[in-house]
Amino acid sequence: MEAQLQQLKEEALQKIEASQNVKELNDVRVAYLGKKGPITDLLKGMGKLPAEERPKMGALVNVVREEVTEVLEARMTLLQEQAIQEQLEKESIDVTLPGRPVKTGNHHPLTRVVEEIEDLFISMGYEIAEGPEVEKDYYNFEALNLPKGHPARDMQDSFYISEDILLRTHTSPVQARTMEAKEGKPIKIICPGKVYRRDNDDATHSHQFTQIEGLVIGEDIRMSDLKGTLSVFAKKMFGEDREIRLRPSFFPFTEPSVEMDISCFKCGGSGCNVCKKTGWIEILGAGMVHPNVLEMAGYDSKKLSGFAFGMGPERIAMLKYGVEDIRHFYTNDVRFLSQFHRTEV
Amino acid sequence: MLVSTKWLAEYVNTQGLDPKELGEKITRSGIEVDAVIDRTQGMTNVVVGYVKECVKHPEADKLNICQVDVGEETTQIICGAPNVAEGQKVIVARPGAVLPGGMKIKKAKLRGEESNGMICSLQELGIEGRLVPKAYAEGIYVLPETATPGESALPLLGLDDTILELGLTPNRSDALSMLGVAYEVGAILSEDMKYPEATYNEGNEKASDYLSLRVDATSENPMYVAKVVRNVQVKESPLWLQHRLMAAGVRPHNNVVDITNYVLMEYGQPLHAFDYDRLETKEIVVRLANEGEKIVTLDDQERTLKSNHLVITNGKEPVAIAGVMGGANSEVHDGTTTVVIESAYFAGGSVRQTSKDHNLRSDASARFEKGVDPNRVILAAERAASLLAELAGGEVLAGSVVVDELDKTPVEVVVSPDFINNRLGMKISLEDMTSILTRLKFDHQAANGYLYIKAPTRRQDIKIPEDIVEEIARMYGYDEIPMTLPVEESKPGGLTSYQARRRQVRAYLESAGLYQAITYSLTSKEMSRKFALETAPVTELLMPMSEERSTLRQSLIPHLLDAVTYNTARQADTVALYEVGSVFLGETESGLPHEQEHLAAVIAGKWVDHSWQGEKKAVDFFVLKGIVEGLMELLGHSKELTFERAVVDGLHPGRTASIQLAGEEIGLIGQLHPSEQKARDLKETYVVELNLAKVLNKEVEALYYAPVSKFPSITRDIALVVDSEKVAGELQAIIQLSGGRLLKGVHLFDLYEGEKMEPGKKSVAFSLTYFDPERTLTDEEVVNAHNKVLKALAEQAGAELRG
Ligand SMILES: [Zn+2]
Repeated sequence: MEAQLQQLKEEALQKIEASQNVKELNDVRVAYLGKKGPITDLLKGMGKLPAEERPKMGALVNVVREEVTEVLEARMTLLQEQAIQEQLEKESIDVTLPGRPVKTGNHHPLTRVVEEIEDLFISMGYEIAEGPEVEKDYYNFEALNLPKGHPARDMQDSFYISEDILLRTHTSPVQARTMEAKEGKPIKIICPGKVYRRDNDDATHSHQFTQIEGLVIGEDIRMSDLKGTLSVFAKKMFGEDREIRLRPSFFPFTEPSVEMDISCFKCGGSGCNVCKKTGWIEILGAGMVHPNVLEMAGYDSKKLSGFAFGMGPERIAMLKYGVEDIRHFYTNDVRFLSQFHRTEV
Repeated sequence: MLVSTKWLAEYVNTQGLDPKELGEKITRSGIEVDAVIDRTQGMTNVVVGYVKECVKHPEADKLNICQVDVGEETTQIICGAPNVAEGQKVIVARPGAVLPGGMKIKKAKLRGEESNGMICSLQELGIEGRLVPKAYAEGIYVLPETATPGESALPLLGLDDTILELGLTPNRSDALSMLGVAYEVGAILSEDMKYPEATYNEGNEKASDYLSLRVDATSENPMYVAKVVRNVQVKESPLWLQHRLMAAGVRPHNNVVDITNYVLMEYGQPLHAFDYDRLETKEIVVRLANEGEKIVTLDDQERTLKSNHLVITNGKEPVAIAGVMGGANSEVHDGTTTVVIESAYFAGGSVRQTSKDHNLRSDASARFEKGVDPNRVILAAERAASLLAELAGGEVLAGSVVVDELDKTPVEVVVSPDFINNRLGMKISLEDMTSILTRLKFDHQAANGYLYIKAPTRRQDIKIPEDIVEEIARMYGYDEIPMTLPVEESKPGGLTSYQARRRQVRAYLESAGLYQAITYSLTSKEMSRKFALETAPVTELLMPMSEERSTLRQSLIPHLLDAVTYNTARQADTVALYEVGSVFLGETESGLPHEQEHLAAVIAGKWVDHSWQGEKKAVDFFVLKGIVEGLMELLGHSKELTFERAVVDGLHPGRTASIQLAGEEIGLIGQLHPSEQKARDLKETYVVELNLAKVLNKEVEALYYAPVSKFPSITRDIALVVDSEKVAGELQAIIQLSGGRLLKGVHLFDLYEGEKMEPGKKSVAFSLTYFDPERTLTDEEVVNAHNKVLKALAEQAGAELRG
């Protein structure tokens, strides 16, 4: 019986070794260790043995069973690992194949510029004011110190709807309307929007374009406040090391009036084609609100003062992104629009 | 304004500054210098030549062989100009010379004859053709006899000069004259002025014996000065005068006309010269024109006048349109001997209207429009008289004929130094302020804490204290202003709720795959109402530049479709665009059109294109509808949102819907009509337009959390057989209404209209979710609720459960 047991063990160990997969090994387990297997049979057959041999034999059977089980489990672990390995190999993919696209659109570049400016000024306590694109001559011109027949009206040939209604030529009427509505109280606003002028569309002119203006009115608002505000704007928008300079200019609604240049962000001031070799780039017009404008809106120009500034998002986008033709902004070519997808530092 | 720096230096010491540097200083302190133009344009080796001999070229009719004395030698030059002749002093570009535009002169042979250089026209020296005197417009320029062969021709012609081109803002009309610019430069450089001389010997006879004057319209013409000069010899002006005019952009004519133009440039005071004899009546009457009265002007045009046009007459008929253009009937000509010089103050508004009505803009009208210096009217007349005496041999009659009701009092501005410093945020001392006012040559006095300033009449832009603030600031230097930020009550900035949600709408649409477009508000009248959500009168321009841009849009869709067409024609696979913008509807009480902010989107082409994994989808109605549904969910309106079949001109009649919120129409959605699609050569295209203002202004429930339940929900699917015409929305509405409070969700998950169905029938399958947040539902409760739904569907829609 002992020999029989030894032979069984050898057989089992051989079959375990020969098993090539989990299923074969399980068959071996069932065949040798199962309830109907030969080892169980041996245990069952122990009844025929003399009583004094039974414990010894039982122990022996158990030892063999444990031994076989141990080898089988080890083999099982190995085969399982192999199986997983095979599975993984079968499942491997070409990771260089394209992913499922997530298609998203993006802001128009002008909106991108306008929102950037809006957010900067919002962080300094400004609100965003809007107004109609079709305006009364009064708000577009008269309330801004441009009475009928004023020579400066020639500067901006306009689209009239009737004798006293026109497409606004700048966003300044929003300032006039806001001042009227605020009834003498302080103001701090940014006015973005579409404006219209009688121009033939070409690379540098567009009969429709956008503007963004700012207005601050309060007690003791000084020109130094304007200069400081514009400097913050220039640095945020065009880089921390930008310098600004003011040049005298003329706008009927401000006095004094200035134009602001920034040091060229491309060459840093040494001269290049962006700054036309001057080292400076003209960015915006600004000034101290003309007392006539304040008075017309019901503000006491002796007590309150203010500053205003205005710029063209088209120009800023053209400078910033190197766009050479203003018409790109209104053609809506997807190959143009989609270039303004990514974030900027 | 073109300013010759050489000419300028006659009135003010420019300290030998390099013109570029001078230009920079002028720009930084007030007047923008647009360009600094070097008139030599790199020219070299251009000298005076004397044509000793000039014979026809034997081989070429149009060529002349000239022997030219160029100082160091006499050399042969072939010249093709028709006006070249023996005995002339001419401009010679010698071999090795470089002319404007980079043209290099070399020795050459022309039809076998040697040519050592070129005899030049003024155009060849870089002078614009429109400025070259008529006599030399078609040929070479002839220099005065006094020119010395061999000397450089550039100084003679004033070409060794640099021009500053000033970009003048409307307020600085004072700089529309050399003297005005000299005042400005004098202020910048702290230099004094040198004034032009106006001295001559008066004749014995009096001007008033020759001419009488009456002004009938003194508000349009408050001042008129006439001087009479006899024995004038009309001829070519001296070279210096001609080249100064050309440098200023004025074409020389003859000495009389040139003198009036010269004084105009010098003083900014327009003058006009009449032929005294051709006036015939010894009388000048200034009056408003009779309606319909006619005059032939100097440009040989007959012009019909209106009763608000001011005219100069000889007492009978107009001889000039005041301040705008002279009449042909009284023009100075070669035979003129007695000249009347007019120097007048014409009111700006009157001249502007007249020049606009006749579409006549001139150096004179531009200056009158902006207002000339009242104190220069007489000075300019005297200066012209002295030049006529000097350059035309004229005898100036004693005195002038004058009407003068013009107020020449300077404007007084009183301002405190504190006011100036407060406005600027600076601490400029009183001494610095008065020194600036002195440099500006503003009459001023400091007393009891104020500055009392008399603004010179040449500076009509100086009226109020703020103007003085600007003068002080620009002369002190804007670089000196410190940088501060407004000191005020600290208040948070921000967007309004509307503005913030509009930004979220944009972000949503972009994350859904649409690019933001911006299109024009102006369109053609025909397109303006297309796809409009509301019927309203259109808003048209009075004077459109083209029919294409004549009317304000009432829908954003047409221009977005144009963008789709544009992109499709350039091989774009997918076009997905949206725009947020105003449409313009009818007229409100204020007279302005009603401006409404709309949102529109267009999609065409592929929507999903991931073909290697078998995913591919073209755009369709439901892609766009899904985007709208998602948007309404974002804005908290999904429960009120419904779609109803609609018919819209230009859209597919079977694939168009009206979009409604709680029964109120807020937009439309649909497929572009196949015939429009074909006309534009597009693929299937879908459009949507929403009244965004209405949507964003609609009330929305506050966002409030509903507890996440611990209890399970129970789902029951039903497949219904209904008539083909039954719309899904109706079935869904029946389910929702009949499902009771336990029914929490209805989801359509299948639709079948195929051969397995009885004709005229279709199968629609819904998944219904029942749920009570407080407890687990019993089977019985769900069965009860579900049975009610089935019953309602059967009764109201004739729906049968599919077996
Ligand atoms: Zn640069």
